[in-house]
Amino acid sequence: MFFKFRNSNSLTENQVTDEAVYKQRRDVLKKLGYLGAGTLLAASTKATAGPFDWFSDEDKAKFATSALNFSKVESNASSDILTPMDKATGYNNFYEFGTDKEDPIQHSQSFRVDPWSLSIEGLVEKPITLGYDDLFSSFDLEERIYRLRCVEAWSMVIPWLGFSLANIIKKAQPLSSAKYVSFQTLYEPKQMPGQRSRFTGGGVDFPYVEGLRLDEAMQSLTMLSVGMYGKTLPPQNGAPIRLVVPWKYGFKSIKSIVKIVLTDKQPPTTWQTLAADEYGFYANVNPKVDHPRWSQARERRITGGGLLAQNRIDTLPFNGYDEVASLYKSMDLSKFY
Amino acid sequence: MLKINKPIRANPAFMKVARLLAHVVIFGWLGIVFYQGFSDQLGGDPVQTLLDFTGIGALNLLVISLIISPLAMSFKFTQLLPFRRPVGLYSALYGLSHFYVFIAFELQFEMQLIFAEIIKRPYITVGFVTLIILIVLAVTSVNRIKKRMGTTWFTLHSLAYVAVVLAGLHYLWLVKSAWYEPAIYLIFSVCLLFLRRDKIKKIFK
Ligand code: HEM
Repeated sequence: MFFKFRNSNSLTENQVTDEAVYKQRRDVLKKLGYLGAGTLLAASTKATAGPFDWFSDEDKAKFATSALNFSKVESNASSDILTPMDKATGYNNFYEFGTDKEDPIQHSQSFRVDPWSLSIEGLVEKPITLGYDDLFSSFDLEERIYRLRCVEAWSMVIPWLGFSLANIIKKAQPLSSAKYVSFQTLYEPKQMPGQRSRFTGGGVDFPYVEGLRLDEAMQSLTMLSVGMYGKTLPPQNGAPIRLVVPWKYGFKSIKSIVKIVLTDKQPPTTWQTLAADEYGFYANVNPKVDHPRWSQARERRITGGGLLAQNRIDTLPFNGYDEVASLYKSMDLSKFY
Repeated sequence: MLKINKPIRANPAFMKVARLLAHVVIFGWLGIVFYQGFSDQLGGDPVQTLLDFTGIGALNLLVISLIISPLAMSFKFTQLLPFRRPVGLYSALYGLSHFYVFIAFELQFEMQLIFAEIIKRPYITVGFVTLIILIVLAVTSVNRIKKRMGTTWFTLHSLAYVAVVLAGLHYLWLVKSAWYEPAIYLIFSVCLLFLRRDKIKKIFK
């Protein structure tokens, strides 16, 4: 081995620098004329280095997020090292804004979230429609630190702000015939370049749809998130409202939701429709069931600090949220992956 | 194939500068991106970015090294030919860096897993075979070895065409759903093979 891996516990100061402080410093440096060719090469958010990046506009107007009021809730991820915010907001899978990981932050900053309309309908007594402001005022917001495990074998630790999905479902009063919950992302090709053609959106048949069994949806860990790192969500992370199901692979946590429908049949889900042998309906994090093209036994935890600080750790069943195991007691999870 | 009668001749000094520039850009670029990786300037997941950069780099360089001959022939621009070897060598270097990123940073030297992945995942097996070919070609490109091998050298180095097709296949196999780019590479490789069909036929005679 040529390099020693730095333990991520020994993060250096600049790796955990708060975004505001970081930007302030950059501004100072800029004023001093210090950020010259070097930073152009290092194009801060765009990862691919290439001569063409030298011309990209670094100061493109960023989507404005605002601070939220919330209470903190302990979880078993509370002691994990948080992924720095610039990583969690600069490296995303959101094909509506392009298939590369840096596309979403690049192509989403002018995304319009207000007005917004989220409806809860289907097999419910009292359908609900929430406008933009309602998303933040209808329920008490909690900060919950969750691990996010991507099916691509990397993971992050993110402080989400939001409320249990169960709250809103209870409010809508599900009928006894309701067995599943389906979700749908906004479909608006004008705003979402990835939806304009199959070529820009990675072959996905938009709108993106996801689904949960009703008991999964009612599990208190399952949350609708309206913010992260103390503020409202940026578009690349699913503004203004998204699902977070911490014991399932990331693609289940659908973004920018406009519709939640309670149904009696298992709803189709985007990735399962695209490749059923690779992505199942359940998609529970499971180190024992490999993706056909990569092992799921371990994962790379993204904490910041460059190549040498990347940690490989064991992947835990249900991503370490053992309390959900009882939902799947009698199921063969290698069959229902 | 397009034929141009008047040969192109550039000022030798210009060609020298062009070669130097090619070295600086290809090697420098790799160096800069690795530097950015170590200093955490490669976005959310430096490992993935570096893996993709070196993979695409190796493939692009391989394709370029194979286009040089047809270009030189159509335009009667023989001064291009000396670019073939360095570009091919850099393709091997990028390929090696790609493999190194994979074992050092992606799998972080979990030896058992490295072997298991190479054997178990067809797209990685294919990548591995491609890399072996590139290394063999790089090693045998030394002048002394080349002379000693005689005509077998040309037969051996036709494996570059096999490598480009395998690399395209590796790429096509690994994408989650956006298959267009790898498909373009594959179609392009097949076109290259078609351009060189006479040469290939000779080998199989
Ligand atoms: C032992 C040899 C090799 C191994 C283990 C290997 C492994 C990998 C892995 C793990 C990825 C990333 C997959 C992902 O994104 O999930 C990748 C991507 C890639 N590799 Fe390789 N590879 C090898 C050799 C090669 C060679 C020799 C070439 C080209 C000449 C190549 C070209 C590519 C390309 C073009 C990509 C896609 C990059 C992108 O997504 O933008 N690979 N390889």
